[in-house]
Amino acid sequence: MSKTFKLDGREIPFETGQTIMDAALAAGVYIPHLCHNPEFAPHGSCRVCVVDIGGRQVSACTAAASEGLEVDNSSEAIQETRRAILQMLFVEGNHVCPACEKSGACQLQAVAYYTGMLAPHFTHFFPRRSVDASHPDVVIDFNRCILCELCVRASRDHDGKRVFAISGRGLESHLVIDSHSGLLGDSSFAATDKAAHVCPTGAILPKGRGYETPIGERLYDREPISIVGDVRAHEEEVV
Amino acid sequence: MNASATVTVEGFVAESLATHGRDPRHLLQHLIRVQQRFSYVPDAAVEALSVALDVTRTQVRAAIAFYAFLHDRPRGAFEIRFSDNITDRMLGSRRLIRLLIERLGLTGLPAWGRDLVRPDGRASVGLASCTGMCDQGPALLVNGQAVTNLDAQRVDRIADLVQEGIPLERWPGEFFRVENNIRRRGLLLGNPATDGAAVRRLLDAGAEAALAEVERSGLRGRGGAGFTTALKWRFCREAPGTDRYVVCNADEGEPGTFKDRVLLTDYTDLVIEGMTVCAGVIGARRGFLYLRGEYRYLLPHLESVLQRRRAEGLLGTRILGADGFDFDIEIHLGAGAYICGEESALIESLEGKRGVTRKRPPFPVTSGFDDQPTVVNNVETFLAAARVVQWGGYWLRGEGTDQSAGSKILSVSGDCARPGIYEYPFGTPVHQVLSDCGAENTQAVQISGAAGATLSPADFDRIIAFEDLPTAGSFMIFDHSRDLLDMVRNFAAFFAHESCGFCTPCRVGGALLRNLVEKVAAGQGSEYDLSEMRRIGTVMRRASYCGLGHTAPNHVVNTLDKFPLIYGRRLARASHTPSFDLDAALSQARALTGRDDIGAHIGDGSEVSA
Repeated sequence: MSKTFKLDGREIPFETGQTIMDAALAAGVYIPHLCHNPEFAPHGSCRVCVVDIGGRQVSACTAAASEGLEVDNSSEAIQETRRAILQMLFVEGNHVCPACEKSGACQLQAVAYYTGMLAPHFTHFFPRRSVDASHPDVVIDFNRCILCELCVRASRDHDGKRVFAISGRGLESHLVIDSHSGLLGDSSFAATDKAAHVCPTGAILPKGRGYETPIGERLYDREPISIVGDVRAHEEEVV
Repeated sequence: MNASATVTVEGFVAESLATHGRDPRHLLQHLIRVQQRFSYVPDAAVEALSVALDVTRTQVRAAIAFYAFLHDRPRGAFEIRFSDNITDRMLGSRRLIRLLIERLGLTGLPAWGRDLVRPDGRASVGLASCTGMCDQGPALLVNGQAVTNLDAQRVDRIADLVQEGIPLERWPGEFFRVENNIRRRGLLLGNPATDGAAVRRLLDAGAEAALAEVERSGLRGRGGAGFTTALKWRFCREAPGTDRYVVCNADEGEPGTFKDRVLLTDYTDLVIEGMTVCAGVIGARRGFLYLRGEYRYLLPHLESVLQRRRAEGLLGTRILGADGFDFDIEIHLGAGAYICGEESALIESLEGKRGVTRKRPPFPVTSGFDDQPTVVNNVETFLAAARVVQWGGYWLRGEGTDQSAGSKILSVSGDCARPGIYEYPFGTPVHQVLSDCGAENTQAVQISGAAGATLSPADFDRIIAFEDLPTAGSFMIFDHSRDLLDMVRNFAAFFAHESCGFCTPCRVGGALLRNLVEKVAAGQGSEYDLSEMRRIGTVMRRASYCGLGHTAPNHVVNTLDKFPLIYGRRLARASHTPSFDLDAALSQARALTGRDDIGAHIGDGSEVSA
């Protein structure tokens, strides 16, 4: 008989060492997330997966599962906190969903829909960020980066290349590329790298194929993220 | 600084590497040296360090961008940074900044992260969050050296010295004088003397007995969180690992606190002794004293105390002749990052990286520096621990309250006749501190720094203790002549600047909060904006990754509750005001079309609805 905890009243089995997120994913229960990807070490930075345990809020991706926990993953209070976090992510960057190549297959957008976010709400910061099109196969639009560090982790831990890093601090935090010029084209990055395929937004996009699937027929246009899960699991379908 | 022309960047880096080693964890220390020598970190140094230490150039650049005292572009040969804490402002710092800027022929005003640099490279003027001189402000740092007690005359003289290019060593010595201002001595401050008695006691009684005394004393960490010291030491002692480390957190970044500076100045031996005893208990061979960059002037003094203790056999191999008791301490400098006071961020910084908080668990006691068991304690905690081992647990227990044994050292500043250091038994009410330091007509007290609590007179009977008002030691006083919104603006900007940027609520929420506070201060706010502040504050408290984000909105939420008038009297409208001026936004269109009649304008809400 395995150990269990309760998530929204439902018994979730878990093994020692698993996080709440691990156990929930294994049981097929959706906890919204952006910086989390089961292939990489948990990060806990986006805070979208925040859940409530007895009045204390923790990120499900980093909190260890333990026997007898009662976890709230869907009350209005928790959804409200998540919504505010998503609204913060949206006003911090420059997200142009209607025109974005990733629209409909973007995890940021899909999670926002899932939490019931209908407008950006906060005053936009309108930061001045660039687009790096120096690489032959991949373009990086820093306007859409949400600092989830998935590309940082993928490049370091999977590709063994350390192409990406986060620089600056506070609101000045930004993604940087390890090359003499700071441009992707001058780095060792390749379209076949894992790091090219982990971005949950439209910040890292393949070149030369635009709008192959019309908006309206894409992954999250058809079914919500809580049913179909992360976009990375449907890579072939969306690119 | 003038000799720099004769030394190449590569040559300097090579020398630094030869002297201080090629451990990638020393990256930050090399960068600080380069910064001091050249007033910035040139690209050549980035390349050279990245090759020699085998770190990516991105990691080097990211560190430069993270730490406020490192720059990728030249600052002035005289790099001047005014302390910009609210207490410095209350003592007239803003006027003095303007005076110096004018005297140096600069234009504009510096902001956090934005320095004014004179085109000839002679001088730059910038701001630092709080330099820990609140009892003798306004203060500034020039090339890292603290100058206290600024007034117009002193600033005038500084401008002359800069204009004439007089090297810092020949500036008047009194500029750099830092007073201790100890006003009230208790258990810890009563007797600075030590002759290695705690280390001797440890060797006589054994580590387990020493730890038992720390347990008996009930000593809790003095950094603010109040974790039981003995428990921390025991966890570390019992954690599996190949090496163990002792880290003294001398980052003292909390605005308004400066007691660690005094302890490191006059009670140095006791602090080092506490670290040594801890090393003996947990079995550590190496320790680090992480000194905030603002206190760099203390380096020669600290190094000399370490050197003397080595000579006395109190540090190094076979301490006091005991086989297997080897322990030594290195000093690591910070470079201007408040977050590095958080223990896991401090460890990241010790390892030469950006000071971003680590995921917990694992906690540093099991996986700290180099992923080995590590004790991180505050300066005051080590001092108290040394005495506890020397004099026994009951000595500390004899004072304080049930849950808070012993005393607390406070840094008192702001509106009072006698700012300085006060040591009280735990359980002392706020009003006693106010009357002792000569505070009159007090409107509010900010306790435990910008991250702490704002107290109104209704709170002045409350007691300083973990069970009521826990504090890391900062105690800032505001009388009725002050507009508390100035404090709120100062702290809101501070947190937006000091967020490490790792998690969304702190990174974005802090900036949103700052913008809303400024909106209200500018007379453009409404009730809606106040409720937005509360909403953002709630999200930050609940969802942030570390203590910085959890506490960053405290000052806003506290003052909204206790001092609603500082906001209310500024509101432009009852319900809602937009965050931008629609009519002003159309000015460009008007200019382009050449139209400026009444129909080309949008009136304010009242006209529209009429």
